[in-house]
Amino acid sequence: MTTASAAQSFINVGERTNVTGSAKFRKLIEANDYPAALAVARQQVEAGAMILDVNMDEGLLDSEKAMSTFLNLIASEPDIARVPIMIDSSKWSVIEAGLKCVQGKAIVNSISLKEGEAQFLDQARKVQRYGAAVVVMAFDEQGQADTIERKVSICERAYKLLTEKVGFLPEDIIFDPNIFAVATGIEEHNGYGIAFIEAARQIKEKMPLTHISGGVSNLSFAFRGNEPVREAMHAVFLYHAIKAGMDMGIVNAGQLALYDDIPAELRELSEDVILNRRPDATDRLLEAAPRFKGEGGGAKGKEKDLTWRNGTVQERLTHSLVHGITDFIEADTEEARQQADKPLHVIEGPLMAGMNVVGDLFGAGKMFLPQVVKSARVMKQAVAYLQPYLEEEKRLSGTDQLPSAGKVVMATVKGDVHDIGKNIVGVVLQCNNYEVIDLGVMVPAAKILETAKKEKADIIGLSGLITPSLDEMCFVAAEMEREGFSVPLLIGGATTSRVHTAVKISPNYNKGQAIYVLDASRAVGVVSNLLSETESKPYVDGIKAEYVKVREAHLANEAKKQRITIAAARANKYAIDWASYTPPKPSFLGTRTFKNFDLGSLAPYIDWTPFFQAWELTGRYPAILDDNKVGTEARKLFADARALLDRIVAEKWFTANAVVGFWPANSVGDDIALYTDETRSTERTKLFTLRQQIARDPSRDRAHTALADFVAPKETGLADYVGGFAVTAGIGEEEAIRTHIKATDDYSRIIAKALADRLAEAFAEAMHAKVRRELWGYARDEKLSNDELILEKYKGIRPAPGYPAQPDHTEKRTLWDLMNVEAETGIELTESYAMWPGAAVSGIYFSHPQSHYFGVGKVERDQVEDYARRKGWAVSEAERWLAPVLNYDAVSERKNVA
Amino acid sequence: MKTIESAKALEKAASERILIIDGAMGTMIQRHKLDEAGYRGERFKDWERDVKGNNDLLVLTQPKIIQDIHEQYLAAGADIIETNTFNAQRISMADYGMEHLSYEINVAAAKLARAAADKYTKLTPDKPRFVAGAVGPTNRTASISPDVNNPGFRNVTFDELRDAYKEQVRALIEGGSDIILIETIFDTLNAKAAGLATLEAFDEMGVTLPIMISGTITDRSGRTLSGQTAEAFWYSMRHLKPFSIGLNCALGAELMRPYLAELSHVADVRISAYPNAGLPNAMGGYDETPEDMACATEPWAEDGLINIIGGCCGSTPDHISHIAEHVAKFPPRKIPEIAPKMRLSGLEPFVHG
Repeated sequence: MTTASAAQSFINVGERTNVTGSAKFRKLIEANDYPAALAVARQQVEAGAMILDVNMDEGLLDSEKAMSTFLNLIASEPDIARVPIMIDSSKWSVIEAGLKCVQGKAIVNSISLKEGEAQFLDQARKVQRYGAAVVVMAFDEQGQADTIERKVSICERAYKLLTEKVGFLPEDIIFDPNIFAVATGIEEHNGYGIAFIEAARQIKEKMPLTHISGGVSNLSFAFRGNEPVREAMHAVFLYHAIKAGMDMGIVNAGQLALYDDIPAELRELSEDVILNRRPDATDRLLEAAPRFKGEGGGAKGKEKDLTWRNGTVQERLTHSLVHGITDFIEADTEEARQQADKPLHVIEGPLMAGMNVVGDLFGAGKMFLPQVVKSARVMKQAVAYLQPYLEEEKRLSGTDQLPSAGKVVMATVKGDVHDIGKNIVGVVLQCNNYEVIDLGVMVPAAKILETAKKEKADIIGLSGLITPSLDEMCFVAAEMEREGFSVPLLIGGATTSRVHTAVKISPNYNKGQAIYVLDASRAVGVVSNLLSETESKPYVDGIKAEYVKVREAHLANEAKKQRITIAAARANKYAIDWASYTPPKPSFLGTRTFKNFDLGSLAPYIDWTPFFQAWELTGRYPAILDDNKVGTEARKLFADARALLDRIVAEKWFTANAVVGFWPANSVGDDIALYTDETRSTERTKLFTLRQQIARDPSRDRAHTALADFVAPKETGLADYVGGFAVTAGIGEEEAIRTHIKATDDYSRIIAKALADRLAEAFAEAMHAKVRRELWGYARDEKLSNDELILEKYKGIRPAPGYPAQPDHTEKRTLWDLMNVEAETGIELTESYAMWPGAAVSGIYFSHPQSHYFGVGKVERDQVEDYARRKGWAVSEAERWLAPVLNYDAVSERKNVA
Repeated sequence: MKTIESAKALEKAASERILIIDGAMGTMIQRHKLDEAGYRGERFKDWERDVKGNNDLLVLTQPKIIQDIHEQYLAAGADIIETNTFNAQRISMADYGMEHLSYEINVAAAKLARAAADKYTKLTPDKPRFVAGAVGPTNRTASISPDVNNPGFRNVTFDELRDAYKEQVRALIEGGSDIILIETIFDTLNAKAAGLATLEAFDEMGVTLPIMISGTITDRSGRTLSGQTAEAFWYSMRHLKPFSIGLNCALGAELMRPYLAELSHVADVRISAYPNAGLPNAMGGYDETPEDMACATEPWAEDGLINIIGGCCGSTPDHISHIAEHVAKFPPRKIPEIAPKMRLSGLEPFVHG
C-alpha cells in the first residue's frame, strides 16, 4: 500500500459496551435490559468499531454472569458477532468466563505482572490455550509504570516471559503502557503524555511485531465537563502517539475531532501540555480552557459553528464530505445540480473533488477510518439524491425504453473495503444504460461467480485498493477459468496496473480475457467495445496481443536478471585502497540545525530541468527555452515560475529548515556501524545497506557495490565518518498556497507546489556544498558552477534511502532518530516512510573520493533473508519493504493457490 | 518415546507425499444391515434403551466388523485411519444412557484401529500407517441457542464439553492413537473446548500427539453452522499449533473447493480435506462413484491445495483407492510462509499489522 499511513492501520476498539466507561450501558445492564444493551453494541460496530470492548466490572453486578450472558447474546447477532471481542476485566474470573463464550479469536484485556511472575505466566498460558491475543499492562510488583524507563522495561520483561516461557506469538501481544492524566496541576504529571508516546516508540523499536494500545480518555481527566478541550487533547495525543507506534486505542471513534480542525490556539496549547514543551503549559491551557468550552473544536461545537455555510457550493460540499455532515448535503447537491449541465457532472465534478480532499487527508494521517466511512456515506446520499434525475435524463433521452445494453456484475474483492471508485464506475455505467449488479465490498470469489452465473452477467468487474487485493483478483480469475467462464473480466482500483493484469491476472483466465481499466472515465468505452457485436472480437484480440507483448517484455526483463549469490557478490565488493588513505574529520560531531534558511540564497541552486518535466515539457534547461517545438511554452512557463518564485522568496511563503549530523563510523560487513564517540567502543546504531547482485560478464571486472564499501572497514582501524541530513523547503507550503492563490487557479497552485519541490532539492544541493566546503570541510577549495553541481562533479555523495543506492525506505527511520528530524525541522515520516511535507530531501553523506552513485538493482532471496536477519525482521517483512527490487516473486512463491 | 517416533514418521511421510485418510465408517457399517440385536451383542442384550444406530458401541459388541472395515481402508491405501469414536464422548453417549461407557469405548476403539494399522505397517514398512483418534462435534452447540425465543440460552457449557472431551482424548491416547483428530466442527467453540481438553490431557499424561483439525462448511454461504468463514475459523484454532487444518463433510468435492482454497491461502500448516461422495440424493444416499470423486478431487492435488485427502459420508474403500491413485503423481502442498500479523476473528477474520 503506497499511501498507507499510520491512521489507516490504527484500530478503533469500540468502548461504549463498558459499564465503567458508559453510565448508560451500566444502567441497561443493571436493569437487565439486554436488548437495549445489544443495540449499543450494534451501534458501535456500525459506527466503525473494528473490535468490541466488553467490560462488566461493576461492584454490584455479578460480573461473570453478566459477561457470559452478554457474550452469548452477541453470538446470536451476526451483525455484531462478525467483529472480534475484547474481553475487558481486571478480574481473571470474569475474563475466563468470557473466554468460554467466544468462538472467535478474542483479545484479553488485560493481564500484568502486578501479582508477580507465577500468576502472570499461569494466566498467559490459559489465555493462549483459549486461543486469544492479550493486552499486557505496564504494571509490576512495584506498581504501575509512570516513567519511560519503567514502562519499557516492564514491557520487555513481559515480552521475554510471554515469548520464551509461554510460547506466545509476538504479534499477539498488545502493550498498554498506561495513559495517565496530564495537566492536573501536579508537576510530576506533566511528563505523562510524552512518557507514553516515547515509551510506545521504544517498545515498537525493540519489539516491532507487538502492538501498543491505551485508554485515551484518562489523559484529559482534569478537564471533565469541557468536551471541546478534551477532544482536542485526545486528537493531539493520538496524532503523536500513533506516529510513535500506538496502533490500537479504546476510543469513541465517532466523536474524534480532526487534528486539523482544532483551532490553532487550542491545538498549540494542547500540544504544549501533551508534549510537555514548556513549564507553564498547564497554566496556559487551564486559563484558556473556559473560552473553548462550548465552542468550535469539539463535535458539539461544530454543529453550532455554521460559518462554513457561507462558502461556495464546492466548499460546502467538500466540508460536508470531509466532516461527514449529511444535514445540508441534499440542498447543496441540488444547488450544484442546477449549476451543472447534467446531473452526472455533479458527481464527476464537485462531489469527486470533495472526495479527493478526503483521500488526501486520510493519506496524510489526518483522518481516521470511521470518519472516511462517514464521508462515503455522505457521498452516497448525494448520489442517491441525484438518482431520480439520472433516471429522468435516461428517460428523456429515450434510453430507458431500450433493453439494457448489458449486465455487469461488480464487486470489491474479499479482504478489501474500498469501493468509492467502484461505486463511481457503477454510476457511470448505469447512466449509460448498462445494468449494474453491485455486490458491495469484501465479496468472496464464490459469491461473485455464483451471482454472475445466476444473473447471466455479460461482464464481471473487480475492484480493489490495497495490494493484497491483487492476489485475490488472480484467485478470482483462476476460479473463473476453472468454472468455465468466458465473459470479460475488468480489473480496476488504485494498486492495479496494466502490467499486473497482463502478467499475473490474465494468464489465470485463458477462456476469457482480463482487461485493465485505468479509471472510471474509461469504463464506458471499454464496456461498450466489449459488448458491441462488431467491435468486441477485434477489441479483445487487440488486448490479447497487447498483453502478450507486455508479458514478453516483462519476461525479457526477468531473463536479463541473472543474479549471483550474495556471498559471491561480497567477495567482489568495491575495493578501496584504505592503507594509503586518511579519512577527513568533520568540523563537529553530532547534529546541527538550520532554521528559516534564506530562500533567496537557494534560488540559484535550482535545477530547472525536472521542473519542465513535471509539465511534460522534455528537454534540458536552459536549451529548452530555445527548443523549436516547446520553446515558446517553456518560456511562458519559466517567466510565470520566476515571477511566482520572486513572490515566494519576498513574501517568505515557505519555511526552509535543515538538520545535518556527523558520526564516527566504520563498515562492518554490509552494514555501517555508527559510534557514540571517538573511542568507537559503543555502537550507537547501524545503517544497513544492500549490495548489487547482478550477474556480469566476468571480463568486465566490475564490482558488486554496496554503500558500506565507501566507509573504512572496522578492521582497518581507520577513524572514518558518515553524515546525515534532512532538509525541507515545504513547511507552511499548504497554508501559503491556500492563502495566496485562488482555489480555482490550478495553474499557479501546481507551479507553486513544483517550486517548493525544486527549492527543497536546491536546499539539499546547497547544504551538500556547505558540508563539503565547510562542515565536513574535505573540499575547502571546491569551485563548481551550478551546471557542474547538477552533473554531480563533486567529491562525495548524498544518497537517499528509498532511492537506487539504498532502496529500503525504512532506513529513514534511523536517520530521523539520529537527528531528531521531526522536532528539528518539522519533517514527518508517514507509516510508509514517505516524508511530509513532500518538498523534502534526506540522505546520507559519504566523503570518500571514490564514493559514487549506483543502483542496487534487483536482489535475490539469499540477500533478502540475510538483510531481514540483520534488521530483525521476518523475511516477509523484508519482502514487503523491498518488493520493488526483489528478483523473485515472493507472493506467488508463497501462495499455492492456482 | 513411541509417540515421538510416530509423530516423526508422520512428519516424514507428509513431507514426501499427499497422505490418504480413510473414508466413511457409517456407510460401511450400514452394509452389514445390523439389527437391534446385532448392535446389542451378548453384553447389552438386556439394556433398557434401544441402541440400534449407536455405531460407536460396535467396537465392544462387533469388534470384528469394525476391524475389518479399518483393514479394508488400509488395503485401499489409507495412511491414516480414524477410530470409530465420532460420538463416543459422554455427552452424545447420554442419548443411550451409556455415558459411563465412554472411556471404555474409546480405549477399545483405539486398540482396534491400532491393531489394524500395525498389521499393515508390518506388511508395508515403507508406508507406515497411523491411527487418528476421532473427536466429533457432540450433539450440542456451545455458541447456538436451541431455543429461538431465548438466544442467550445454551444446553451445554464450555466446561461440560471440555470435561467430556478430556475423558475421550485420554482414552484415545491410552488405546494407542498416534494423532488426535478434532473433526466435523460446526461450532468452533465446541472445537476450542476440545482443543483445550486435548492440551490438558497431554499435560496430564505426559505426551504430545499431533493434532488434526477439520471444520465443516455447511453450505454455499461458505460458513460453519456457527457462522464463521473458513479464514476466521482458522484464526480461532491456530493457537493449537495443529499438524493440519482442513474441511470435511456437508459438501461434495465440487462445492468444497473455494473454501479449501481460502484455507490453503491463509494457513501455514498442512491442509486436509475429506469431502462427502457428492451431495445426498433424494433417498439420503450418495451417488458419486469412486471415479467421479477421484476426478473431482484430483485438481486439488494438481493445484497444490492439499496435504491430506480422504472421504467422508458416502465414501468407501473403493473411493479411497481411486482417490489415492489419482493424487499419487502430485507432490504435497508446500506450506506457505504467512506474514506475522495479529490475526483475530469474530465471525469474520480481522488481520492487523
